[in-house]
Amino acid sequence: MIKEINFKLNGKETILEIHPLKRLLDVLREDCGLTGVKEGCGEGECGACSVLIDGILANACLYPMGKIQGKEVVTIEGLVGTDRYAILKESFEQAGAVQCGFCSPGMIMAAESLLRRNPHPLEQQIREAISGNLCRCTGYNMILDAVQMAAKRGDGIW
Amino acid sequence: MVAAYRPKNLKDALEAIIYTEYIVLAGGTDLMVKKKQGAGLLPAFDKPVLFIADLEELKQINEKEGYLTIGAACSFSSLIDNPLIPALYKQVFLQIASPAVRNIATIGGNICNSSPAGDSLPLLYALDASIIIENSCRRIEIPIADFITGPGRNMLTSSELVTAIKLPVLHFDYVVYKKVSARKSTALSKVSFVAMAKLKDSRLEDVRIAFGSVAPTIVRSRDVEEAIIYNSSNGSLDKTEIISYYTTLIKPIDDQRSTAFYRRQVCKRLLVDFLGNWLC
Ligand SMILES: Cc1cc2nc3c(=O)[nH]c(=O)nc-3n(C[C@H](O)[C@H](O)[C@H](O)COP(=O)(O)OP(=O)(O)OC[C@H]3O[C@@H](n4cnc5c(N)ncnc54)[C@H](O)[C@@H]3O)c2cc1C
Ligand code: FES
Ligand code: FES
Repeated sequence: MIKEINFKLNGKETILEIHPLKRLLDVLREDCGLTGVKEGCGEGECGACSVLIDGILANACLYPMGKIQGKEVVTIEGLVGTDRYAILKESFEQAGAVQCGFCSPGMIMAAESLLRRNPHPLEQQIREAISGNLCRCTGYNMILDAVQMAAKRGDGIW
Repeated sequence: MVAAYRPKNLKDALEAIIYTEYIVLAGGTDLMVKKKQGAGLLPAFDKPVLFIADLEELKQINEKEGYLTIGAACSFSSLIDNPLIPALYKQVFLQIASPAVRNIATIGGNICNSSPAGDSLPLLYALDASIIIENSCRRIEIPIADFITGPGRNMLTSSELVTAIKLPVLHFDYVVYKKVSARKSTALSKVSFVAMAKLKDSRLEDVRIAFGSVAPTIVRSRDVEEAIIYNSSNGSLDKTEIISYYTTLIKPIDDQRSTAFYRRQVCKRLLVDFLGNWLC
């Protein structure tokens, strides 16, 4: 069964003829070519598929398309070009928070979501905010440093 | 076959389920994992799906005469952010899953999934929460301990929805909540434990104790709690007896998360700690 689903994707009104049970993750990667959204586990455990839905952090692997009707979805590609992204990218690079890079889009979405709600987070709050994102490479401390660095450099823009 | 339906409102949803047997999908954080097929494949739902996450009627949180009524489709994050929800309850919700999953997962889904490891359940049992069930012509209220009938089982029929959860706003002087799991985030419980005590003029007025993940459903006994209250008021509280009583109620199993032995041991220590530190 195919249905028409209307939603906003990275700022653009989008209409897709799609199966309402198809996962948002597959639609973003396969139908929309947004491969910054990664599939690690497909079960909500790793956070590699993190996107913002109506401004709220969510796992795209847990979202069937039928629930996306009328919503606004922002992926890492939608952040590129913003000042906030520039600061996050630079901070992640300089802190050594990117090694293989597989977790990085999800980590950056989690960091963006945190900084929107709390522009001056404590270390514990950063740990909590990225607790649903797994990284096999960095050991997390460099990611903590990166978010702290971004919060400092981006003071006032979140 | 209809693969999925987005009802316009609660009435529409309740009418739809009279004629067609649907799989109700709220957050989908249990269902999408259960039905997952793999990258690029449709999840394998064998019946049409009813999306209820956006029904406004199921997302309300109200307080009236000392009782909170929480819409079944409220996400755990919306509860954590809501000023009407007491801090003690939030402390429990904050240990569920991860921030992103809590943004999606609903309290109604946690209850209807009826897993012995459902982390909101020990608290809801301890508070004597009731579940509000509706079909197109009636609305009933059932104590949670009667609603959940076994592991993954409850009394809901396919023409009903859980629409809300009703729980009292209670104050306790001592509260212990412990979720024991492999890691802090995104891990199901090996054991969960809620214990609360209320004092009046330094005498025990009320106590609530509930264990999760250690029996087919949540373990709680009002009889034992009343014995604790009664005996502590006349100075004859026999802790060994209380512990051995709970030991008979706890029936843990070995599974991939933990062993029966470990679970039994941890339950006992949590109980000894609570009785010793908070109820002496
Ligand atoms: C990565 C990850 C981590 C997790 N960690 C935890 C954890 O730490 N603790 C924990 O307890 N759980 C955890 N869970 C499980 C899950 O998130 C919770 O059980 C959640 O509350 C389920 O809610 P949902 O709305 O997503 O349910 P859904 O998947 O939408 O539904 C679950 C079941 O309830 C039924 N249902 C839902 N709402 C209604 C309703 N209103 N009326 C009738 N039937 C209904 C559905 O038909 C289905 O059978 C985790 C899940 C994931 C993916
Ligand atoms: S792919 Fe979605 S959380 Fe791992
Ligand atoms: S950088 Fe490789 S998984 Fe995080």
